Amino acid sequence: MGTSAIIFYTIATIMIVFSLLAVTSRKILRAAVYLLFALGGTAAVYFMVNYFFLAAVQLIVYAGGIVVLIIFSILLTSHIEEKMQKPDSWKIILTSILGLGGTTLCLYVITNHLFASQPSTGVEATMTTIGEKLLGYREGGYVLPFEVISILLLAAMIGAIVVAKRNKPEGNG
Amino acid sequence: MVEQVPLNHALIITTLMFFIGVYGFLTRKNLITMLISVEIMLNAVNLNFVFFDHYLFPGKLEGHFFSLFIIAIAAAEAAVAIAIFINLYRNIRSIDVEQVDKMKY
Repeated sequence: MGTSAIIFYTIATIMIVFSLLAVTSRKILRAAVYLLFALGGTAAVYFMVNYFFLAAVQLIVYAGGIVVLIIFSILLTSHIEEKMQKPDSWKIILTSILGLGGTTLCLYVITNHLFASQPSTGVEATMTTIGEKLLGYREGGYVLPFEVISILLLAAMIGAIVVAKRNKPEGNG
Repeated sequence: MVEQVPLNHALIITTLMFFIGVYGFLTRKNLITMLISVEIMLNAVNLNFVFFDHYLFPGKLEGHFFSLFIIAIAAAEAAVAIAIFINLYRNIRSIDVEQVDKMKY
């Protein structure tokens, strides 16, 4: 087993364990911090497959943006010391059956399929390539989704402001 | 990494992560923890895109750009969701799904 295999399996174990903790922890702030570790592990995997820009985006947007946003909203809406009550045991059992069934089905398909892995070519995801593809309008360019995403982000930003705005009571200034 | 880790193992890991997210989404009652579960699922899908791209179609960068767009959409979704949670908390003093039976405000 080579070095990168050992690193990969270690990161994978970390990701699985922290995802499991994030969905089962009964303290809500801890769940958010466990999510941060799972997302950090994902960024490490992106580094391992040489997608440095994607790894940086993952760290900035997820770890720096979404997790901080989640922690802020936890601080605004919950008591941190409070433990969440356990879900009903029938719910745990039924959901576990559903999850295990889905996992078994997927694993059955994955392990029985032979993927024809290609040896990696020398093409690197450099900033130049990414920029040219992201703004390219010929074949293999992504300028349309890029523009659509920019409109979506603008709409989401305005929508978030409108939804979270406090409606002042009449005459109460 | 292609020579040392088979694609099947990578896909097994993302499958496990995805169904952990499904489990959390169905058992949790607090809206913020449900959002955390959704993020875990999205993350597993991103990893899947990157693995398929890296192993089966190297050099084409298609999975890379799909992951990039999914991350952008996830950010927009989280921002709107948290705005809704905060407004809900302001109105009914709770973000428990069982107590949220109207969203008319």
